[in-house]
Amino acid sequence: MNKETSIMDRIADANKSVITGIDAKDIENWVMIHIMGKAYEVPSELTILQAMEYSGYRFIRSCGCRAGFCGACATVYRKEGEYKLHGVLACQTKVEDGMFLVQIPFAPAEKSCYDITVERYDPAVLLKYYPEITRCVSCNTCTKACPQELQIMDYIQSALKGDFEGLADASFDCIQCGLCAIRCPAEIVHYHMAQLGRRMFGKYGIPEELNLKKRVEEIENRVYDEEFQKIMKMAPEDFKTLYVEKQKEREVY
Amino acid sequence: MGADKSSGKLKKIPYYPGCSLKTKSKDFEKSAVAAARILGIELIELPKWNCCGTVFSLAQDDLMHHVAPLRNLLRVQEMNEAGLLEGENRLLTICPMCFNTLKKANQRMRDNPADLETINTFMDAEQDYQGEVEVIHLLELLKERGVAEIKAKVKIPLTALKVAPYYGCMLLRPKDIAIDDPEDPTIQEELLAAIGAQVVENPYKKVCCGSYQTVRNKYTVADLTYDILTHAKKAGAEMITTSCPLCAFNLDDRQKEVTEKYPDFEGIPVCCISQLMLLAFGVNRGGDGFELNYVDPRPLLKRKNLLSGADLKTGAK
Amino acid sequence: MKKISITSDNYEFLEKVKQLSGEPITLCDQCGTCAGSCPMISEMDISPSEMLRLVQLGQEEVLDTKAMWLCASCFTCTVRCPRGLDLSKIAEALRQITLRKAVDQIDIKLISEEELSRLPQIALVSACRKFTG
Repeated sequence: MNKETSIMDRIADANKSVITGIDAKDIENWVMIHIMGKAYEVPSELTILQAMEYSGYRFIRSCGCRAGFCGACATVYRKEGEYKLHGVLACQTKVEDGMFLVQIPFAPAEKSCYDITVERYDPAVLLKYYPEITRCVSCNTCTKACPQELQIMDYIQSALKGDFEGLADASFDCIQCGLCAIRCPAEIVHYHMAQLGRRMFGKYGIPEELNLKKRVEEIENRVYDEEFQKIMKMAPEDFKTLYVEKQKEREVY
Repeated sequence: MGADKSSGKLKKIPYYPGCSLKTKSKDFEKSAVAAARILGIELIELPKWNCCGTVFSLAQDDLMHHVAPLRNLLRVQEMNEAGLLEGENRLLTICPMCFNTLKKANQRMRDNPADLETINTFMDAEQDYQGEVEVIHLLELLKERGVAEIKAKVKIPLTALKVAPYYGCMLLRPKDIAIDDPEDPTIQEELLAAIGAQVVENPYKKVCCGSYQTVRNKYTVADLTYDILTHAKKAGAEMITTSCPLCAFNLDDRQKEVTEKYPDFEGIPVCCISQLMLLAFGVNRGGDGFELNYVDPRPLLKRKNLLSGADLKTGAK
Repeated sequence: MKKISITSDNYEFLEKVKQLSGEPITLCDQCGTCAGSCPMISEMDISPSEMLRLVQLGQEEVLDTKAMWLCASCFTCTVRCPRGLDLSKIAEALRQITLRKAVDQIDIKLISEEELSRLPQIALVSACRKFTG
């Protein structure tokens, strides 16, 4: 029992690749999942990403940060007996018995090229680069597909209303996995449009952050050069210790 | 119905602004809200509204495009349930395209309970729409408030101003949504007369401006605009009123294209009736909002002593 | 003059348009009121009443004409038709038959930046609804 707890703790703790290191005899709970139509029995404690690796898939893409931030491991699944299609991040979701799943490693979408210092702070800028948002039918499919549980339909509507703040607020936690764009019947690329909206709002909609301005000036004036040099010369172990301590000091988003 | 005059309490009614009133036609919204307030009506913006789709989907099997209008009707239902309104089931629209789309969608859902059920089931994150909301237009509300009531608020009658009302399509057609006689509407005439304006009859007042064709065929729209405006001017009009932001765009902004095609054409300003109402009520003496027009109405209004600001910028934008 | 022969394929097309529009198309007796009322008639290759006649005869070539794309859904013909037909719905059905094959009539990405910053939202939304599938 002790041994089993430790191996499962290890898995849960690490959220790392599990190509090796799990012995079938240590596993108590198994679930059956279907990856691209083929059935696999996998340990129930694994995340979808780990379970796919356990089943023999090797990722050279679509397995970025493994911490729920990068949006590279978007996955869709249905469960046996359900019609609902779920959108999740493979690194953040545990496998469940009866999942039928496939990863969507990339959403084909064109990202417009613009210079926010040249653009006017006018809602027309959103239509200029992403006029397809006018095709929205308010079906809410995007919102239902979002693994971050963002109110995507609402922010598309904010964009149409020219409400930069609403757009920026509602899309702030977007990790650009692209599931919204894959599911949209109007073929909108929500996340690229939202990024333009956030950039415009950040540049023109809110007052300049004086602390940031001050800090950039300090860096440019080489105030921290000595500190940087010190860090560069540190032994890796000492650097790790310092990093962990510094992390504790600040609030992590 | 109407404001409780004894206590001065405002009658609350939810309103749906629509995308254009929040972006290109802010003057339409601002003046409508202000004019209604003077008449004892508080327009409360619908929370979390979404674009209605602007055109009513005409294909029999197409339910998807009715989802957007229905979501907005649901918001009225929710406002009533949350006690934000005093049993007000009407939803006021200012933009005629929104009016037409929301009213027609509402009608289709009432006439076809099976369609309503399909959409209610589809919108699984929303409560079911019960079909009890009534969609009305600002002009209807103003008329209901009463010509006498409006006259009573007039401080500066627009006697010197010759105005040709333009209706366009979406408030009059098809028949089952019409706010007035589809072939002989008079509602704008009545309201304009109430604020003292000289009403000019334009035979082209209900001829289509070309609507969304402006995206594909802007010079065709310019031709229609030319006809509509030329006939109004021949009848003596100095200004056109419309309720629709798209008509306003085609009749006002497309005068640029009209001038390209017909170099002798002289511009005529286009604005909405609520803007003129505010002038008559003695509000907005500075002419705020008129700067959004392509053909600037301020020189004309100043000539007629309807604006007071000495620092007015003149000329078209 | 072109000779038209009617086969079962023609009935199929007529039925399809009837179903999509929900209109009893065969009621039209070609009085021409719609053509006389249409604000876009001068731009059209065939008149609304000709469009209707082609549909009545099940002539799929009507899909290659420009008239339905010039319709602005102003409903003038609809309120005036003495037979009570809603021509806007029939034009919409014809547009939908083409649009549902993913054949768009505008590419919004090709609209100039100047136009995009001038046009009100409702113009773009409605054009997308009417001209893209």
